[in-house]
Amino acid sequence: MLYETIKLALGSVRRNALRSVLTLLGIVIGVAAVIAMITIGSGTTEKVKSDISKLGSNLLVVRAGRPPQPGSPQSQVTRELGARDVEALALHLEGTRAVSAASQKQVRVVYGTESLSVGVTGTDTSYFDARDWKVVSGRAFSESEVRSGTGVCLVGETVRQQFFGAGDPDGATIRVGKMSCRVVGLLEPKGFSGFGQDQDNVVLVPLAAFQRRIAGNRDIDTIYVAADDATPTSVLQERMEDILRDVRRISPDREDDFSVRDMTQVADAMASATSVMTGMLGAVAAVSLLVGGIGIMNIMLVSVTERTREIGIRLAIGAHERHILVQFLVEATVLSLFGGLIGIALGLSLAGLASLTLSIPFSPSLSVIALAVGFSALIGMVFGFFPALRGARLDPIVALRHE
Amino acid sequence: MSGVPLIEFRDVWKTYGRGEAEVHALAGVDLAIEAGDFVAIMGPSGSGKSTAMNIIGCLDTPTSGRFSFQGVDAGRLDRASRATLRNLYIGFVFQGYNLLARTTAAENVELPLVYRGVGGSERRRRALEALELVGLTGREDHTPAELSGGQQQRVAIARAIVTRPMLLVADEPTGNLDSARSHEIMELLSGLNRDTGLTVAMVTHEADIAGYARRTLRFVDGHVEDDGLAEEAA
Repeated sequence: MLYETIKLALGSVRRNALRSVLTLLGIVIGVAAVIAMITIGSGTTEKVKSDISKLGSNLLVVRAGRPPQPGSPQSQVTRELGARDVEALALHLEGTRAVSAASQKQVRVVYGTESLSVGVTGTDTSYFDARDWKVVSGRAFSESEVRSGTGVCLVGETVRQQFFGAGDPDGATIRVGKMSCRVVGLLEPKGFSGFGQDQDNVVLVPLAAFQRRIAGNRDIDTIYVAADDATPTSVLQERMEDILRDVRRISPDREDDFSVRDMTQVADAMASATSVMTGMLGAVAAVSLLVGGIGIMNIMLVSVTERTREIGIRLAIGAHERHILVQFLVEATVLSLFGGLIGIALGLSLAGLASLTLSIPFSPSLSVIALAVGFSALIGMVFGFFPALRGARLDPIVALRHE
Repeated sequence: MSGVPLIEFRDVWKTYGRGEAEVHALAGVDLAIEAGDFVAIMGPSGSGKSTAMNIIGCLDTPTSGRFSFQGVDAGRLDRASRATLRNLYIGFVFQGYNLLARTTAAENVELPLVYRGVGGSERRRRALEALELVGLTGREDHTPAELSGGQQQRVAIARAIVTRPMLLVADEPTGNLDSARSHEIMELLSGLNRDTGLTVAMVTHEADIAGYARRTLRFVDGHVEDDGLAEEAA
């Protein structure tokens, strides 16, 4: 019985193919929007999380200046970080895997006739461990190079491609600002960050060399602290704040003049921002689905009117009201289910396209797809009910007389 | 036949409209149709014959009076019960055939069985049987558009008898057919009446068609004017 009804509904949808497709646009757009947004949203979240973890796992970042407060988002730098802060952390902080100091500046880098604006970072030997950044060929800095500020450097993938193509940069001499240095290693590619920044457009030099010959001061921009596996970052953060307040001699009634940020929390915050956006777009999609549902109701009323005579015949030869009701309900459900399936296909294609162009992972969720299928079927049933009831309640005599 | 007649009208009225616009389509009709009978219903348009047919076919109910089907007061039944009654005991044949378009002959014939919940293979078997009975073997997979008028009406008759009803209600079954085709259809109906004991109630306005019936009821202005047995006919 149900099989015949579904076959009947499919036939009816197929006969009015153009009309059916037009009717379904609302549902198609609504479902496509939901699927695309949720898929892109979860891809973005994944991307953000992996970006943050690329900064280094269990990473805490110290910068000068008060943390941004609500109302005054600019952090006021009153005192820079210095070597004393780094030493204090390296010496007294327990539960760390690595403590690294780094300073950064955008500098023009020249090799032969080529030149490139690069983010140059002066840092120490712990940097690679702290930020989970591997050297794919050549070597990292040695302790003595860092201490004496030798003119050596490691280059990122983008810098290599610009200057050396596919070749090996090892041993070449490049100019970083006013300083000339010998390339000793190549860094593992990291790709673009969630903020659209090329993380491979980078040159690393020893911190002392950076301070003396590029920055011209002894400031440290950032201290990276990687927690060991046994220590939660929140615990480490408190210890760091105590040590830093102590070494920077901040009296208890004064606020911090530095900020410690837990990158895991940053990742969570960004993920939740993405989910708020997904939710808002979901609301827009819900309106679209409502409009689609009304479209279904409209076309089902037309269908019932067109087939009044058919309904009359069916009633005369022994169909009960519920048979007619079920017939048109199934038709409405099949119709909107079609819309849902087209919408899912469209939404996934859009998300796939977005994941290619934005280089985020394509992560379709089976549960969301199942929900979309169920929801579009539900829309068909809800909005198809009134027209179906109208058909079922027809007087067979009147219906049979209908031309 | 003695006992309870299949169809019985006792002072049946059917009134449309109210007050000034009140029209009596049936004004106190008394009639009885015995099981196995073949009755022709004649009369000018507006005489109430269609209204009477609708009540006989359990599609409509009287405003007042008693309409009984097999002794049951069918005039008081609700929609759902009348639908059941139609499904179980009554087959319909219409002037315009009223087959479902784009649906094969066999599927059309199967339709009443679908609503009875008969399974697929059993349905098919009985539909082919009914089609054989009306002489349409080999045409079961043709759609109405591929069949002539006479053949379509045979499909409609097959659909009406596939449930083995007690009563066949035929509303001008030959109205759309030429004379030769009309007589073939009438031969078929009177054959079914004679061989299977199927009761037939048929509206027609052609005297020679009515001649196939054993009895003719003549409606005029909402009354049954003549309830005489037809003269011996084929």
